[in-house]
Amino acid sequence: MLASAAALAWLAGTVGLIRPAQAGPDPFQEKPAGEPILIGEYGSLTGPEATFGQSTHNGILLAVEQFNAAGGLNGRKVEVRVYDNRCNIQEVGTVVQRLINQDKVVAVLGEVASSRSIAGGRICQKAGVPMITPSSTNPQVTQIGDMIFRVCFIDSFQGYAAAKFARDNLKMSRVAILYDQAQAYSKGLRDDFKRAFTQMGGAITTEQAYTGGDPDYSAQLNNIRASNPEAVFIPGYYTDAGNIALQARKLGLTIPLIGGDGWDSPELANIAGPAIEGAYYANHYAPDQPTPEVREFVRAYRERFNAVADGMAATGYDAANVLFDAMKRAKSLSGKDLAQAIAETKNFRAVTGTITIDANRNARKPAVIVQMRGGEPRYVATIEPPEQ
Amino acid sequence: MALRPTPINPSQTPTGPTPTLPHDHLLALPRSLLPLLAGVGLAAGLHFYVGPAVGPFYAKLLIDIGIGILLANSLNLVNGLTGQFSIGHAGFMAVGGYTAAAITYYGSMRLWGSPAVHGGFLGSGELLFAGSCIAGGLVAAVAGFIVGLPSLRLRGDYLAIVTLGFGEIIRVLLQQTGDVLLTADQVRETPWWVLPTKAGGALGFTGLPYYTSLFWVYFFVTVVLIVSLRLKHSSLGRAFLSIREDEIAAEAMGIPTTRLKVTAFMLAAFFAGIGGGLFAHEIGVTLNPQDLGFQKSFDIVVMVVLGGMGSISGVTLAGGLLTVLPEILRSLADPAVAGLAAIFPISPQTQDELRQVIGSNFRMILYALALIVMMIGRPQGLFGLHEIWDFRWPGRRRSRLSARGAP
Amino acid sequence: MPKFVQTLVDGLSVGSLYALIALGYTMVYGILKFINFAHSDIFVLGAWISLAAAVGAGWSTTGQFLPVPTWLWVSLCGLTGVALLMTAAQRLIARFVHAEPDRLTAQVASAGGCHPSPRAPARGPSVLTGAVRGFLGWRGARTLTMASLAAWLPLLLYHAAGAVRAAAGPELSAAPGGVPICAAGLLSALLVLLCAVSLVGWVGFGIERLAYRPLRTAPRLNVLITAIGVSLLLQNVGQLQWVFGTQPRRMPSLLPDVTLARLAGVNIHLVDVIATGTAVILMLLLERLVFHTRVGRAMRAVSFDTRIAALMGVAVDRVISFTFVLGSSLAAAAGFLYAMKYPGLNQSAHMTWLLLGLKAFVAAVVGGIGNIRGAMLGGFLIGLIELFGAAYLSPQLRDVYVFSLLIAVLLLRPSGILGRVAVEKV
Repeated sequence: MLASAAALAWLAGTVGLIRPAQAGPDPFQEKPAGEPILIGEYGSLTGPEATFGQSTHNGILLAVEQFNAAGGLNGRKVEVRVYDNRCNIQEVGTVVQRLINQDKVVAVLGEVASSRSIAGGRICQKAGVPMITPSSTNPQVTQIGDMIFRVCFIDSFQGYAAAKFARDNLKMSRVAILYDQAQAYSKGLRDDFKRAFTQMGGAITTEQAYTGGDPDYSAQLNNIRASNPEAVFIPGYYTDAGNIALQARKLGLTIPLIGGDGWDSPELANIAGPAIEGAYYANHYAPDQPTPEVREFVRAYRERFNAVADGMAATGYDAANVLFDAMKRAKSLSGKDLAQAIAETKNFRAVTGTITIDANRNARKPAVIVQMRGGEPRYVATIEPPEQ
Repeated sequence: MALRPTPINPSQTPTGPTPTLPHDHLLALPRSLLPLLAGVGLAAGLHFYVGPAVGPFYAKLLIDIGIGILLANSLNLVNGLTGQFSIGHAGFMAVGGYTAAAITYYGSMRLWGSPAVHGGFLGSGELLFAGSCIAGGLVAAVAGFIVGLPSLRLRGDYLAIVTLGFGEIIRVLLQQTGDVLLTADQVRETPWWVLPTKAGGALGFTGLPYYTSLFWVYFFVTVVLIVSLRLKHSSLGRAFLSIREDEIAAEAMGIPTTRLKVTAFMLAAFFAGIGGGLFAHEIGVTLNPQDLGFQKSFDIVVMVVLGGMGSISGVTLAGGLLTVLPEILRSLADPAVAGLAAIFPISPQTQDELRQVIGSNFRMILYALALIVMMIGRPQGLFGLHEIWDFRWPGRRRSRLSARGAP
Repeated sequence: MPKFVQTLVDGLSVGSLYALIALGYTMVYGILKFINFAHSDIFVLGAWISLAAAVGAGWSTTGQFLPVPTWLWVSLCGLTGVALLMTAAQRLIARFVHAEPDRLTAQVASAGGCHPSPRAPARGPSVLTGAVRGFLGWRGARTLTMASLAAWLPLLLYHAAGAVRAAAGPELSAAPGGVPICAAGLLSALLVLLCAVSLVGWVGFGIERLAYRPLRTAPRLNVLITAIGVSLLLQNVGQLQWVFGTQPRRMPSLLPDVTLARLAGVNIHLVDVIATGTAVILMLLLERLVFHTRVGRAMRAVSFDTRIAALMGVAVDRVISFTFVLGSSLAAAAGFLYAMKYPGLNQSAHMTWLLLGLKAFVAAVVGGIGNIRGAMLGGFLIGLIELFGAAYLSPQLRDVYVFSLLIAVLLLRPSGILGRVAVEKV
């Protein structure tokens, strides 16, 4: 009993130590010009999947700076409050709660990894705060409710795009799959590719699995070679894709490799070197796409961060811009109105294509296929979403 | 049986008659239930008054603290009282959590057709949840038996590796499971023994109802605290402590060390399973295998080590403190960097990096340094084997001590 | 048949790396009777430092990734300068203050902090004064000088590697796969290896001195916890942006990508041969050291019984430090070879490294922990089992095979294959 009482008394003191950022008055009411609008961002800025979170954060930062420089929302600047959840699911809940309840943000820009987006999304839905995820591709994310939106394609479309490219452009009919059993993204994309490819008349020769980070793929690659495919579909992250490409070449496997948007990173060429030359992957955008939005974005990003913008940065940039566009059109900044405005986004010219938010709150836009040439991803083709 | 702790050192045993009731007295049973009732009352108070008063963010923090205390005390039973070094505790959390999740989710689907929260406070939904947590604990205890029996026969170092390996095997196996079934019809068609294999795999068990509330968390915290305190001062607890002090001497005195070590292990796994069940149904959490790995086990180990292995109050304090430490560091990051920037000339880029380091990386580095420094400087942790009320606080009346027969 | 030979080759190659790491575990366990959890992080550190050294020595065209920071230069210069000054000062003091000092007396006197004058002060010097005098005394100065000179060794090797490679000129193409066989290239690679080994050896020495030595007499549980703390410290410091960062990186190929032979339809690559060969050579050297030299005899004596060995005149502290340095060096060499074989290095806190370390530990246990030949045997055994299991059963469950083997060994023969059943006397 004494322990509980002492513990509680001490708890009260410690909890008082937690002083989150200044929670201003209710942002939904009209405020005098000059009061910044707070938006929240949560992502994994440290930990094993930090690179995606960092890129997304950079993209959002660039968008916010450009928006503020252009005058903001009727003179009111936007301020982004970013919290790192360290690739830890328990912290996702805490930081999203913090953003919503303590910092009182009007909208949340959410995670890369689908499981974390789902966790944060459920809280946002319950609290009535709109959330836009820049790059979570699992369909379950937007199925949470009418506050959750997405500006990238979903895995079923990505699988379809890769399958269509393999079938129609590369004229392949036998493909093997090598997927990461520890990543839901990889397994989901595998399922979607398989479904689409077999529907188009192709055949999957074998499915082999690895655990992300494993260095040795010789067993799986030998099995793949024995099944005699024309290409290998590798729906994993770039870290493993690079290693797989290296080992495949070492084993003498020269057939083309196809991947998904998880391959998109400047490090892919660094890791794999010439082994990845000629490989294809589906992505949100290509840095050398001839559209003016892409050119402008790549230039601005390089100026600000001294680096090449990858797909995550582009989708982060687009998510923020979609939000700003919706804020301009919305009747007010309350959750319902803002969500309605986001849902009404039509033909918004973004870096990653022209975005229209469909009835399922997903973005209806094309995917691009890029090929690694000279250590850089080069634009090859655009795959449009099928008519529905 | 009074709750006042009896001293461990035999020279301090009370010399006079102790004012306690004999065990078969009529009023003994209600008196022994007093702490439990008080705990339930406290939990209800937290749930109905404190929770709504402090807002959802602090309420979630209190829930996290409660779960942390529960897990730390469960590990204390093995690491502290019995002196065995287990670092795969999160594996038992995973086993218990997934069992509880499967029962709640598929049970709700079967009974009410949807996995949403059903019924109010202490309604049928919450009772299902409490039952599934306890079931999760039981399954975790069985897992503890399976893991403990071969490895506890051997030297302590091996237990650490085996528990670590066990955690990894659980993670790999959980990742192989199939997608969660989403509609009630699908659930009805599937035979019940297939349902546990539909646990979501690497994406995690999505769609779980948020049953974890302040009441249930602190209810189970009360249970584990009472069990730990009573255990520590019972003969079983003394047997555990004797194993911790000198296993060979204990064996020589006739204590069945292997059996007792396995018992402690199973008890710890039981409470870890309950903790896992509470964790699975917490707001904002998607139960997935990656998050219940070595990192989580290590967090719990740090709580036990820093609090003092064997000290229940110490472990409780450490568990609570270390759960909120990330938030404190997060709050401190901005002012700290601003303060540093006022003294030294730091570029904004470096300021960002510093903010990130203090807010995020620093926590783990702090833990690691704290462990090393603790072990070298004060290996008994905060309180050692004593409780917070065993110390001579200033202002404590001498008479109380002499009544207990202190020399 | 080709699959069998391929798996055999891969298994032996990976097994040799496991054996090198297991040796470190087993030596430390034999001497100090505890499992050094931080050992796998030493291995990771070795891999990353070889990457940094290789890149810094000019092996990659993507630019300097980890140049030697200014503060390191300044500290090393400062440290060496201070040490040399102190040594010189001590000699001067000894010459002029104690006329004709007996060296031994001066040593003892200054180490004890007492002034050898007939009018000794009534009260002895305070602890602080004694410590300061001891530190500034002859022994302190000497140790500091040796330490600071030794600290330059990795840096010098690093620059030597760069110089050799630069001297080889433009014919050493930096594109992986295009590196021709060249004596200068091999020499430079060897220097990179030695640089990584010496630096990580230092780290191992430091860890032992700072974290484990104070706990020499403590219960084993405390040391285990400290080891975990050290392991996490190494991981998380390695993850900082200023150190190695969170991005995976590729180790540049220091060796040409040629196929040496074709055996039963399987390509044998130069990298594999060199990695396995180096590992085997190191193991043979270790065997020679431990079983045929005085130092090795001292190590074995300390592993039998520390106190009796001390009574017999073995410098126990030094032997233990030496064992740690040796174990860490072997792990660093394993890290370098691993980086050459699997060039994509994950960030230092990644799960892969943890699993590798665990498997190496399982190898040590299977072979008989405390037994050096057992560790080597165990390493190869684990490598073969893992690769054969992955090739012929399911590749997803490769970790499960290794841990099942651990559980089986613990159930049936806990002392391992070559281990002795130790009877504990009370």
